[in-house]
Amino acid sequence: MSVVTGDHQASAEKGMSEAERLISQEKVVALIGSYHSGVTATASQVAERNGIPFVNADSTSPTLITRGFKWFFRTTPDDDMFAANFFQFLNDLKTKGTIKDPKLAILSENTLWGTDVTKAENRFAKESNYTVVSDINYPAKSTNVSSEVQKIKASGANIVLQASYASDAILYMKTYKELDYNPDAILAMDAGFVDTEFLKALGKDGEYILSREVWALDLAKNKPLVEKVNTIYKAKYGINMTGNSARAFTAAMTLLDAINRAGSTDPAAIKKALEETNIPADQLVMPWKGIKFDPTTHQNVLGQGIIVQIQNSEYVTVWPWDLASKPLIWPTPIWDNRK
Amino acid sequence: MSDITGAVLAQTLASGLLWGFVYSLIALGLTVIFGVMDIVNFAHGDFLMISMFVAYVFNASFGMNALVSLPFNAALLFVFGVIIYKVLIKPVLTAPPLAQIFSTFGLLVFLRGLAQFIFKADYKTLENLTLQGRVDFLGIFFSKPQMVASAGAVIMFIVMYLFITKTKTGWALLAVAENKQAAALMGINSDRMYALAWGLGAACVGVAGALLANFYYVFPEVGAVFGFLAFVTVALGGFGSIQGAFWAGLIIGVTEALAGTFIAPSLKYLVVFSIYLLVVLIRPRGLMGHTS
Repeated sequence: MSVVTGDHQASAEKGMSEAERLISQEKVVALIGSYHSGVTATASQVAERNGIPFVNADSTSPTLITRGFKWFFRTTPDDDMFAANFFQFLNDLKTKGTIKDPKLAILSENTLWGTDVTKAENRFAKESNYTVVSDINYPAKSTNVSSEVQKIKASGANIVLQASYASDAILYMKTYKELDYNPDAILAMDAGFVDTEFLKALGKDGEYILSREVWALDLAKNKPLVEKVNTIYKAKYGINMTGNSARAFTAAMTLLDAINRAGSTDPAAIKKALEETNIPADQLVMPWKGIKFDPTTHQNVLGQGIIVQIQNSEYVTVWPWDLASKPLIWPTPIWDNRK
Repeated sequence: MSDITGAVLAQTLASGLLWGFVYSLIALGLTVIFGVMDIVNFAHGDFLMISMFVAYVFNASFGMNALVSLPFNAALLFVFGVIIYKVLIKPVLTAPPLAQIFSTFGLLVFLRGLAQFIFKADYKTLENLTLQGRVDFLGIFFSKPQMVASAGAVIMFIVMYLFITKTKTGWALLAVAENKQAAALMGINSDRMYALAWGLGAACVGVAGALLANFYYVFPEVGAVFGFLAFVTVALGGFGSIQGAFWAGLIIGVTEALAGTFIAPSLKYLVVFSIYLLVVLIRPRGLMGHTS
């Protein structure tokens, strides 16, 4: 097998023309890409028109699988599934008796991403019968957020579902401490809370934050395969794998598995093999239950995210339980008891 | 229920006031420059950014506390203000107002780009800060570094007010502001006074930057957030009015906090700007501005 690359430069138009070039001139039999949801949307249109399988490793926009495409396959879970993970996690805590009937606050910044997250979280909260006592869309990049925190504090919420970029995430943490707001947990939609700046700016005050993640290196503790693949990866590229490289690797392996089973490079045969994909969890470096595509949407139905917690300045996997490298710390210690 | 609301109201007022003092202090420098020479410095927020980065550099390279480096911030920004006046503002003094607007706006773009080039777009926080944490007074929390900043703001306002109204140099500044030609006939060098105004204005925002860096993170875009509020503060208080800027800052801080807590966080700036629009409609010169 050989790989031909095209650079879409994060532009939807470029993605489209590169896909055209790869298919018509380079005669590729399948495409993998393209990270940015916007680029994946246009590039996969070209593949669809030409009848070439497109395997998407890492675009999480929920709309990509609602287009009724026949040649589009997605291995990564999408934003909806990640939001659903929060509620599976909370349900798990309920089953364990850790929480009873928590009051949720949904706090998101007011651009497209934050409002989408808010919508999804509200929907899932309703479906799983959680009480949302505070639902705040705040102006991104404000100078101060004391009234927002006041509002949440007054609502009596004990779990905050938060979607913020770096500057806001830092500001919120400082204000929580300043106004002595002590929720049981802050469940963050990655972004600002997993930004490299977050812990640098907050130090110990950033501890105990829970965030969703697509992947973490400490999965190696429960999945020896992660360590193995990462060693090869590191030897070649000099750095550890990330959620993005791990997902891209997995999509490529999925496609190769399909080509092997198809026993041919005929796109239609590869598509058929992809539809029959059934890779078990133990063959993946991802925290998924496997890879199996939905017959109509072609979304991998066995994907899931993980939840990491900041413990001693490190992001460690705490959920799903069977993949956790450290036990969950719950509830978050109150500010006055922290050193 | 009324208990909760009472406590929330008290806390909201406290937080709003503490931020209000900071807004006032940032607006002080802007109103000083405008008061003397009728030029709006659009790069004002970025002067604040520079001062915060000065505090950051002193902190990162010498482990110096922002409160210790404060005099350096003021001095360096004074020099910076004078240089900007000499290099950028003086040549456009007699040019049409649009040229003045574009020159300070260009300065804004330049400074922001420069900061991004040197320091990258990351958020930086000073280390080993003193006077951190909060004070719990009857269940109301006051952030210590913000109390320090508020005290600093009050001191700066008193100093600037006394300097302008009680010293000869201050009178000279006022004279130039009132009538440049008449002041020149009295032997006042208007060019030096203008340079002094820019120096003082920048030094004020230099102090604000050091006090702000003591609890707020530093990044190249920080001026955009605070600069915008400074313009509203100055316009609300009355262009060129020192007392006006002080009270306007407090009004904006408290309004923002009250609107955020009791109406909706997404509407807090809307309420602030509505009050501003209302005041400007009824009293175009602002709360305490002079009639021209």
